[in-house]
Amino acid sequence: MSPNADRLGGGAEGRRAVLEARGLTKVYRMGEVDVHALRGVDLDLFEGEFVVLLGASGSGKSTLLNILGGLDVPTSGRVHYREHDLTEADDGALTRYRREHVGFVFQFYNLVPSLTARENVQLVTDISDNPLDPEEALALVGLSERSDHFPAQLSGGEQQRVSIARAIAKRPDVLLCDEPTGALDFRTGILVLDVIERVNRELGTTTAIITHNAPIAAIADRVITIADGSVLSEVRNATKARPADVRW
Amino acid sequence: MRALDRKLLRDLWRLKGQVATIAAVVACGIASFVALRGTFTSLRESQAAYYEQQRFGDVFATLRRAPESLKARVEEIPGVALAYTRLAETVMLPMDDMPEPAVGRVVSLPADGVPPLDGIYLVSGRLPRVGRADEAVILEAFATAHSLSLGGRIPAVLNGTRRDVRIVGIGMSPEFIFAISNPLDFTGDPKRFCVLWMDRSAVAPTFRMEGAFDDLVLRLQPGASEASVIEALDRLLGPYGAFGAVGRSKQISHSMLEGELQQLEGMALWIPALFLFVAAFLLNVVLTRLVYLQRPQIATLQAIGYPSWRIGAHFVELVSVVVVVGAIVGIALGAYLGRGMSALYAQYFHFPESFFRVDPRLAAIAVLVSVVAALVGALGAVRSILRLVPAEAMRPPTPLVYRLGLVERLGLDRIFGGSGRMVLRELRRQPVRTLLSSIGIALGVAIVVVGRFQADAFEELIDVQFFRAWREDLSVAFVTAAPARVVRELSQLPGVELAEGERYVPVRYRAGPRFRDSVIVGHADDLELRRLLDRDGVLVPVPEEGLLLSAKLAELLEVRPGDDVEVEVKEGERRVRTVRVSGVIDDTFGLMGHMRTAPLHRLVGEEQRVSLVVMRVDARSMDDVQARLKEMPGVGAVTRRMSIIERFRAQSGETMLFFTAILTAFAAIITIGVVYNNARVALSLRGRDLASLRVLGFTRREISAVLLGELGIQVLLALPLGLWLGDAMARLIASSVDPEQYRLPVHISARTYAFAAAVAVVSGIVSALFVRRRLDKLDLVEVLKERE
Repeated sequence: MSPNADRLGGGAEGRRAVLEARGLTKVYRMGEVDVHALRGVDLDLFEGEFVVLLGASGSGKSTLLNILGGLDVPTSGRVHYREHDLTEADDGALTRYRREHVGFVFQFYNLVPSLTARENVQLVTDISDNPLDPEEALALVGLSERSDHFPAQLSGGEQQRVSIARAIAKRPDVLLCDEPTGALDFRTGILVLDVIERVNRELGTTTAIITHNAPIAAIADRVITIADGSVLSEVRNATKARPADVRW
Repeated sequence: MRALDRKLLRDLWRLKGQVATIAAVVACGIASFVALRGTFTSLRESQAAYYEQQRFGDVFATLRRAPESLKARVEEIPGVALAYTRLAETVMLPMDDMPEPAVGRVVSLPADGVPPLDGIYLVSGRLPRVGRADEAVILEAFATAHSLSLGGRIPAVLNGTRRDVRIVGIGMSPEFIFAISNPLDFTGDPKRFCVLWMDRSAVAPTFRMEGAFDDLVLRLQPGASEASVIEALDRLLGPYGAFGAVGRSKQISHSMLEGELQQLEGMALWIPALFLFVAAFLLNVVLTRLVYLQRPQIATLQAIGYPSWRIGAHFVELVSVVVVVGAIVGIALGAYLGRGMSALYAQYFHFPESFFRVDPRLAAIAVLVSVVAALVGALGAVRSILRLVPAEAMRPPTPLVYRLGLVERLGLDRIFGGSGRMVLRELRRQPVRTLLSSIGIALGVAIVVVGRFQADAFEELIDVQFFRAWREDLSVAFVTAAPARVVRELSQLPGVELAEGERYVPVRYRAGPRFRDSVIVGHADDLELRRLLDRDGVLVPVPEEGLLLSAKLAELLEVRPGDDVEVEVKEGERRVRTVRVSGVIDDTFGLMGHMRTAPLHRLVGEEQRVSLVVMRVDARSMDDVQARLKEMPGVGAVTRRMSIIERFRAQSGETMLFFTAILTAFAAIITIGVVYNNARVALSLRGRDLASLRVLGFTRREISAVLLGELGIQVLLALPLGLWLGDAMARLIASSVDPEQYRLPVHISARTYAFAAAVAVVSGIVSALFVRRRLDKLDLVEVLKERE
């Protein structure tokens, strides 16, 4: 099947797909057993949209996000970023892809413990072409005051916001967030979601969040539910909720 | 500064204990290389320059007396570029500041004062004036040892006449870089030997050598065959009482220097190699663990777009910093130690200028080699980064695989208890690391053994040679062999309790094309004062008939007991005879042959004569006896046995102390490096397990036992291995000494073994205490919260 035909089939208000995945499968060898993490997933992410990938733990959603972000390669199937085939890309090309186009936010923040908040952001701005100023990125997530603190001196929510600042500092085309609120309490989680939503709205960055937390789906343009390595359903929200209105 | 560079600096600071210990090991490697190799190359270069400037000869011959006209015929020998004839006479120097006389060698200077070969480097003063028989330039080492200065006088017995010689100059020469009176005086005591360069025309009458010469130095044409020149020369000089010409390799000073250079060159290779091996191993262990612990960070860097090579480079930079720090310290330390070593060498080897310098190229090579060694060590860890798929690194590593082994299956593990079981399984899971750690510690142990082995060997050698084989108080050597009646005369001196004679006959041993120049020692029948002992101290009787050869000499000549050797006597009628080899003796010094006096006299064709008289002297009369001997004509040297021993101990003692101290420090650094780093790695890899144990109610002592138990076992495994390795390395070193000069007994004392083991154990305990402190401070909550 041709990507064009599919894009028409997706019919997303004529917007261009930034990421296109077709027939993705992923099999891991864990010790002595094969784990089928993905069993043939088709998916598009369109320019500027805010997507939530919803699924239980072990559903394969993290694997999917990793493949979309060029962190991992599928066992079979294809992923295109605009006109580039990521499945054909070598390690160098994947690195360039991540460096130039993708911002990551992780469940456990993954900050470098020996670097301050600003320096963690600077890790990205050091290697980007047209980055935000690290201070500017930290201001966007409301952390200007804390930029000289080390991760160990920051709360979980603050660490996650540093992680978001680090992800957006390069002005990515795609922002991929893996359970960004997973390690946070409710109130802090809302704060983090608010920052992500604002980045999507103000910078127009295509954003995908994966979560097992169903109420979060309300803030998305589109919700894709994943179970047991396959897409179970795809729903377009008629009206988007504001993060502040979400409860769980 | 880039964020990644900041991370580097902070990682380095956090790892400072490990950085410091590994850098210290690298520093030892580089320091030993810079010091040893630096001393080697500096000595080599000084040697070459000195030989060149002072025209050191290629072939040397001594003879009894030949007319000056023979020189022209020597120069006709194909291959000879230049022949320089001179006088070289052994004289006695009855110095006031020591009881026994020193040995002097009068070497003649031509009228213009500039010998065409074997020139002298004048340190101060001037050359003797033509015709002045009471002026001399003397050897600098002797002048220093006796605090003699220009204008001073030294007493000399020249051909039986005592004369006070005025010191007009102080000098040195490439033929006396290592200055000893004879090849068997291996101590090189500068107090005991002096060269007096004197005007030839002035001293010739004293030695009845007008128009004649008894010493010859040759320069060969480039490409000339030394062997064939020597052969032709020996044929030509034979009738004039020549003792057999030799090339540089058998010239005493040159061969001593070469022997030392060879040893240095070998040590400059394997000692640094050993340290760099350990450093590479430590870097490997530490970096592997760092990469393991930083997997999430590495994955993050990859996720945000850092290429793998850049991340690999980040870790390589870390390694390089460790090496560069080690290198800077090492070069400085090496320069310092090199200077110390050179100062020690300068006591034995005399050059116009102090010779040690740090060659920048050498330092660069040292650093380069260490970086390469470190990178080889780091390679595995860095490669594992490059292979890491980012998403894979984000996941926590799967639990390590442990298996039940034989001990568990037999149920023997129950005796170890819970902690013991964990120790056991950890060791088995990492058998290679355990083994390599033990090898590292074992190398430390071995280095201590090697450092002390020489001291042991020398003590053993002194014991066998100077206490059990030689038992005289005083020995008297004659310039030329004296009639046997001097033994009786000497025994009648007041205070002399017993006197016995020994005969030394210079000969050339020949078996087919193989030959060696040495002596035959003639032993009277019932000797008490000097006995023949082998290396193990076992008495070996001199056979009634035939020759008893040093085992090494028999080996070189390829003869066995029952074979014949040809003996060319270089005295008297200069007979050539075939003698049966009756036995061999595995002895320590030189290449010797021993015979009973009766058959030896028959061989030489002489009446009973002695070259050396050894005496037992009543201690109260010692000074009187020595004073009498100083006045006696024909006496070449008087030597107290105890003064040989004292000199031997004093001289080798200083050198030994220097090396033992350094090698012990180095060994401690290696051991601490290995134990400390292993402990830190174990702690960071297993901090979580240990904290979990604490939460379950284990005491600090119990969790320390788990962690430190592993280290204890590594040290225990290392001890026997290290002692064995030390023994093997000692044998290697003993065999690197020129076996034709002496053969070190490989005897390692129990004290040395105990000391080496103690260094390892103490270093281990010190490292363990450092780690134990961290273990005590283990923050349970933090460790458990940490996600690996």
